[in-house]
Amino acid sequence: MKITRRSFLKISGATAAGTVIGSLGFDLSPVESYAQELRIKGAKETTTACCYCSVGCGIIVHTDAKGKVINAEGDPDNPINEGALCAKGASSYQIAVNSNRLQKVLYRAPYSSAWKEVKWEWALEKIAANIKKSRDASFMEKNAAGQVVNRTNGIASVGSAALDNEECWLYSKFLRSLGLIYIEHQARI
Amino acid sequence: MTNHYIDFRNADVILNMGSNVAENHPVSFKWIQAAKDRGGIFIHVDPRFTRTSTKADIFVRLRSGTDIAFLGGMIKYLFDNNIYDEFYVKNYTNASFIVNPKYSFNDGLFSGYDSAKRTYDKSTWALEKDEQGISKRDMTLQDPRCVFQLLKKHYSRYTLEKVSQITGTPTADLEKVYKAYGSTYAPDKAGTVLYAMGWTQHTVGVQNIRTMAIIQDLLGNMGIAGGGINALRGESNVQGSTDAGLLFHIWPAYLPNPRAPWATLADYNKTTPASMDPRSVNWWKNRPKYIASYLKSVFGEKATKENDFGYSWMPKLDAGQDASWLNLFDEMFKGTFTGFFAWGMNPACSGAHAGKVRQALTKLDWMVNVNVFDSETGSFWKGPGMDPKKIKTEVFQLPCAAFLEKEGSISNSGRWMQWRYKAANPPGVALPDGDIMFELFKKVQDLYKKEKGAFPEPILNLKWDYETNGHFDIHKVAKEINGYDLATGKLMVNFVGLKDDGTTSCGSWIYSGSYTEAGNMAARRKKADPTGLGLYPEWSWCWPLNRRIIYNRASVDLDGNPRDPKRPLLKWDAEGKKWIGDIPDNAVPPMGTTGAYPFIMKPDGVASLFGPGLNDGPFPEHYEPLECPIEKNLMSNQRINPAVKIFEGGLDTFATCDPKYPFVCSTYRVTEHWQTGVLTRWLPWLIEAEPQMFCELSLELGKLRGIKNGERVIVETQRGKLEAVAIVTSRLKPFNVAGQTIHQIGIPWHFGWLQPRDGGDSANLLTPTVGDPNTMIPESKAFMANVSKLTKQPAQPAKKTTKS
Repeated sequence: MKITRRSFLKISGATAAGTVIGSLGFDLSPVESYAQELRIKGAKETTTACCYCSVGCGIIVHTDAKGKVINAEGDPDNPINEGALCAKGASSYQIAVNSNRLQKVLYRAPYSSAWKEVKWEWALEKIAANIKKSRDASFMEKNAAGQVVNRTNGIASVGSAALDNEECWLYSKFLRSLGLIYIEHQARI
Repeated sequence: MTNHYIDFRNADVILNMGSNVAENHPVSFKWIQAAKDRGGIFIHVDPRFTRTSTKADIFVRLRSGTDIAFLGGMIKYLFDNNIYDEFYVKNYTNASFIVNPKYSFNDGLFSGYDSAKRTYDKSTWALEKDEQGISKRDMTLQDPRCVFQLLKKHYSRYTLEKVSQITGTPTADLEKVYKAYGSTYAPDKAGTVLYAMGWTQHTVGVQNIRTMAIIQDLLGNMGIAGGGINALRGESNVQGSTDAGLLFHIWPAYLPNPRAPWATLADYNKTTPASMDPRSVNWWKNRPKYIASYLKSVFGEKATKENDFGYSWMPKLDAGQDASWLNLFDEMFKGTFTGFFAWGMNPACSGAHAGKVRQALTKLDWMVNVNVFDSETGSFWKGPGMDPKKIKTEVFQLPCAAFLEKEGSISNSGRWMQWRYKAANPPGVALPDGDIMFELFKKVQDLYKKEKGAFPEPILNLKWDYETNGHFDIHKVAKEINGYDLATGKLMVNFVGLKDDGTTSCGSWIYSGSYTEAGNMAARRKKADPTGLGLYPEWSWCWPLNRRIIYNRASVDLDGNPRDPKRPLLKWDAEGKKWIGDIPDNAVPPMGTTGAYPFIMKPDGVASLFGPGLNDGPFPEHYEPLECPIEKNLMSNQRINPAVKIFEGGLDTFATCDPKYPFVCSTYRVTEHWQTGVLTRWLPWLIEAEPQMFCELSLELGKLRGIKNGERVIVETQRGKLEAVAIVTSRLKPFNVAGQTIHQIGIPWHFGWLQPRDGGDSANLLTPTVGDPNTMIPESKAFMANVSKLTKQPAQPAKKTTKS
């Protein structure tokens, strides 16, 4: 019997009402556990922490032999969540397995109505040139009071609490070496 | 958080106010349930009945934006009934300190107000010092100018009746909460508070939290197991990103961003907090060591004693300059910037007054947008009301790896730093954010090498050696953050050994100790729990020094014995001359011997009932939100916070007591979505569960406006409007505010025009550009709106269009 997610939801709903065996005429639970075993059998387990709220729930990600994510569930060893996840955390494997993910470097030229796919090298070089142009044009060595400020007034940045600690630190260093003072992120909103 | 998530289970009374913990931090609720299972009382105070309220022993409503009145009433109740922890108040707070005689408070204004500038001269909000420069005290707490008496006087005006008129909360409900929470004043009782954006997103946001901090100090609930002030932060690493200084005013680890008047490192160091009191640890006195070590981690060998470790290469703010979010977008709207990075953010939906933000993006020459999915920011140029042919902004949309596709650490609200391993490769050509910024900077550096340009020193001298075998190596950054003893080349054991002479480096002193010669502490997975309090000292790592509860010496008496024998967090071993339990804050002996005060980050060493550092007053005072439903603040003639900045001109308009916008509106979240929805609206399960924008309104308001459950409505403010599905529900009820009926509505802020196509747009199209005078966090939790039925109802309910 093929169980789609939608029919599974229906069955689960019926279970809650206590009528599943009566309405279907058989007990589905062994099928469910067998299906679960098949799905992650032989899969590689990797531990991580959830990307959503700040509780820091531990997650185990299962990947198959080809390295594809096939499951994500609460890490029972993590003392914070003890294996539990909310609706978002339990759906988090769908971030990895999702055809809507950005997979290409995209560029939108001034006044254009469409994205154009470009190479990393081209994009990074063009961004670097833009940074230099904006920085050189707006760099202020001294403010109106004659005090040394050595800052770039023409570039701003927001982000990000979605980065890892090491990336946040590196980003802060990157921006300040460019002379930015308009540096903000989610913590302010 | 001063404490951590698991610690909720140690509380006798939990107050959840300004947050909906069951829906927005669902898994943490298991620790609230654990407290309840032990007989603990759970209180929820909120304008709206939510799934959190269903679990509450006491649920009480208040009108959005009246928390200070509510909590100010609690302070009065505690004084009136002598419910406070006398030992704690005398020894561990500034209750006994004497305030400058020129300090005054009169009709909503503190001394020193300049109405033209809307700012205070704070010089009179000072504590008196003796000849040695030590704060004067009256340990009997009777001096009329001592903090204790001034506090009592300030809140004497917050009577039950007055508070009830302001908040719309019946007096019996107020008393119920005050009594239950007040019970934690006993040394063997613990009370904790859990809050979120329901407290911060107000023009009195910081003072909301201050009011509760005062209560926690009066009740002796700070620095103990089951106590503390606990912010349930919204993002998985917003603690870590704040720690890393991704804000205009701070460098990593809360070192102030230099200001123009501090020309040299010596000038900077002159602003180091000082204390003359030998009993005050004043930990910030070590700041010169941390700043020198930070600059060494930025410029490496190029940072020398002779060049102030490269201090002058770093950008400086003008004195008093505020480059925070609302000002940033105001400047962008005015055309100040040519370039902009939106890195892992969606300001087109997350920024207050999002319509203004979207217009601001059209003023740029270029924008770099880095994200996992497309967003309303990356695609702003094709959004509603935009004509791409007229928008010059060049946009680079860079695809990055998701959390499970890279390695690194994040810090939760309890400051626990947990290591994530990489489970899979990112799709297509997507790269981890760290790799993108690492490669991008190398390109910039190459350009400056080749072409020179404005002030190239900081770029050419930057230490950027985080590669192993030609690839970016996140572990090298993690070690840089931990820091090195540069003489031996060994990783620092912790920050205690950092120096100000350039012989040590450390990227973030509070994280020193996280990645040592003994290994990556954040990756630890051992589950020993020697105190039995759920501290799990060998699970992950926690800043600072793996200390799980901050200010924990406030949990012991003067001899170092636990004041709460049921929850012994720390105990002084007199023979061994050491502390047993959590990592002590810090390792000085008990106060009864030669020790020091417990609040080591405060110059005076004690908790501040009187807080002279804020911009809007040393005591919290109730003011109405910028947009409010009543003509007069019942507490004073100052209707709004006198210190807020008013944005004028352009697209910024506000409406108070305007019959066109009669309802108080608040934004909030649902379980199935997260923030602006960039990481949830594209997930098939989640968008199926919560497919579209809605507006919750009461049965009474539905009747008044002829709106039925499920009908489509327009929600509108002075700044914008959006369509939503009406949820007409008894979860909201009208308030009786000073004899007037006030309706409250609520909307989630997870949606945007891009995905799903008919899911509705961002709630922030409605919110105002106004912020707290200390933090500039916007007032998204109380603004005035109208809701009306859409004249033309769609024939069919909206269908979802998600591709999966």
